[in-house]
Amino acid sequence: MSTPYAKLPAWAEYVLLPFVNVVVAFLVAGLVVLLAGDSPLHAFQLMIEGAFGYGEGIGYTLYYATNFIFTGLAVAVAFHCSLFNIGGEGQAYVGGIGVAIAALWLDRFVPWWVTFPVAIALSAGFGALWAFIPGYLQAKRGSHVVITTIMFNFIASSLMVYLLVHVLKPVGAMAPQTRTFAEGGQLPTLGWLLKLFGLNPGIAPFNITFLLALVMCFLVWVLVWRTRFGYELRTLGFSRGAARYAGINEAKIIILTMMISGALAGMMALNNVMGDQFRLQLDFVNGAGFVGIAVALMGRSHPLGIIPAAILFGVLYQGGAEISFDMPEISRDMIVIIQGLVILFAGALENMFRPALASAFGRIGRSRRDVAAPAAGE
Amino acid sequence: MVWQTILDLLESTVRVSPPLIFAALAGLFSERSGIFDIGLEGKMLAGAFAAGAAASVSHSALIGLLVAIVVSLLLALVHAFASITQRGNQIVSGVAINFIAAGATVILGQAWFDQGGRTPQLAAGERFTTVDLPYAQWASNHIPVLGPIYEHLISGQFWLTYLAFAMVPFTWWVLYRTRFGLRLRAVGENPAAVDTAGISVTWLRYRAVMCDGILCGIAGAYLSMAMAAGFTKGMTAGRGYIALAALIFAKWRPVPVLFACLLFGFLDAFGIRMQGVPLPIIGQVPGQFVQALPYILTVVLLAGFIGRAIPPRAGGKPYVKER
Repeated sequence: MSTPYAKLPAWAEYVLLPFVNVVVAFLVAGLVVLLAGDSPLHAFQLMIEGAFGYGEGIGYTLYYATNFIFTGLAVAVAFHCSLFNIGGEGQAYVGGIGVAIAALWLDRFVPWWVTFPVAIALSAGFGALWAFIPGYLQAKRGSHVVITTIMFNFIASSLMVYLLVHVLKPVGAMAPQTRTFAEGGQLPTLGWLLKLFGLNPGIAPFNITFLLALVMCFLVWVLVWRTRFGYELRTLGFSRGAARYAGINEAKIIILTMMISGALAGMMALNNVMGDQFRLQLDFVNGAGFVGIAVALMGRSHPLGIIPAAILFGVLYQGGAEISFDMPEISRDMIVIIQGLVILFAGALENMFRPALASAFGRIGRSRRDVAAPAAGE
Repeated sequence: MVWQTILDLLESTVRVSPPLIFAALAGLFSERSGIFDIGLEGKMLAGAFAAGAAASVSHSALIGLLVAIVVSLLLALVHAFASITQRGNQIVSGVAINFIAAGATVILGQAWFDQGGRTPQLAAGERFTTVDLPYAQWASNHIPVLGPIYEHLISGQFWLTYLAFAMVPFTWWVLYRTRFGLRLRAVGENPAAVDTAGISVTWLRYRAVMCDGILCGIAGAYLSMAMAAGFTKGMTAGRGYIALAALIFAKWRPVPVLFACLLFGFLDAFGIRMQGVPLPIIGQVPGQFVQALPYILTVVLLAGFIGRAIPPRAGGKPYVKER
């Protein structure tokens, strides 16, 4: 044991190990269901039916998954620079202001496809701004980005309550929310996409933001693995010393990474504000920013991992809502537990099963000496 | 009138501060040993739930407190296992514990008690009651200024409150006057040196995180058995993070922790009382701003604009023994 952990073949490293970790997380979650006095198998069955059993369920699953792709990407980008952005929740929340400004300003004059780019830019801008301050403080003043982003989540929540109650609420209205957007502030649904497969989307708010999320996955991949900036970002994440020695401008990379991360989180607001509610409401993020942490850890901070991880959590959100009809004890809070367990097993305990797997592979390797060990991926 | 308002404010400050003090001292033990703990909130919440549940089932406040400590301790051990034994990311582990606690308390509470995530209302014997010190009423009537202070601030608190305030000098004593404390501080700054001296870094850190768990459990018990009579869903309401902020604000030292907690507790009390009341000079302060103030202050402090908060040097880094 001179090196702490033996090397695994790439597919085991990127597929098998995360899979084992997630399965263990779900087994423990099953124990909680058991403790609550229900059958985990029945719960699982209900969840899958709720999420995939009919068109509307699938629509909702993908709608939630859209949120988690954005927040997952946000956390992942920062992870590559070894920054832990817990502030996705606050950044998405503040990003909502950007969406609301665009929609309230343009919705009565132009069609949605004019409002949409403006809303994208503003939501990303506001998200980036909210992440800029922690990024700047980390880069220039050395304050730990984890603590500052946590604090900024709370500050965002107070700020939004203030804005919605005192500024954005229409005169005379009771509920702390903006007015409902007109046609030009409402994104079209992707119901036709589901109809192509013979599914009935019902009233599911599955909308065009999903396509934007997929585009962002591709752009993040290009950014992180195919650009000079991405190379510098990963170098800095891998070894601060090496980055400094290579003449990489540390402060610039940290600030920019945090801003990109915040922008991605901010864009999440599009999905809810323009795609579903057509107004800015209190607490519309509803934990999606935190789910991003689990999604990024499960997806190994790679867009190709983040998409399935986000869909899995979409299944949990949608299926979890369905379970509670049949099992009133199992509410949406079950997802919070699963999220925590995934973060624990795929994140903090990610190496727990590695020695066992490595020795298993070692045994296979020894019995097949002639096969050279496959080279690890990126 | 103003005097009465100030006294009321201070009284509520003393009411809301103990959980912050317990939790911040809990974080102090852990972080001074080099293990970051974002999971104060989760452990406190789990403790509050365990206390509420156990006290209502066993009809005993003491059993409630003990169960709270045990549950919080178990979560602390998960954190310790992940971050010390498995050398996992300490922040990730803490975040995980917060979510597990937030979800599990609601699910189990609903399944066991069926009251929408609450535990049953605790009767007088099942929760902590206030202690009236001798002559409180008499002093209040006969001695100006000091009398009412004695009656409202010093007397009539829960014994957990007295414990919270006593924990501060005790923690100071443990940290700065015992061998354990010296080693604990050393392991947070330079674990290799401690290891060279033949002392187990792992065991030391485990013990520090266990102290953390115990104190968080007491903080939780205070919430559901002293401040309120029973557990309600999400009742910590960010206090774990406020405690974390207080710990940083106090630069990881016990006595300043007390003052930071009292300051943040005061802001909390102030925010509740001053809702919509205009203040002299500044005019009406939005309640949301007062609520956000502890977090803003902590960010400003962390940025180094008022003093500088430097965390323990080995904090957050898993220790790998050289071979």
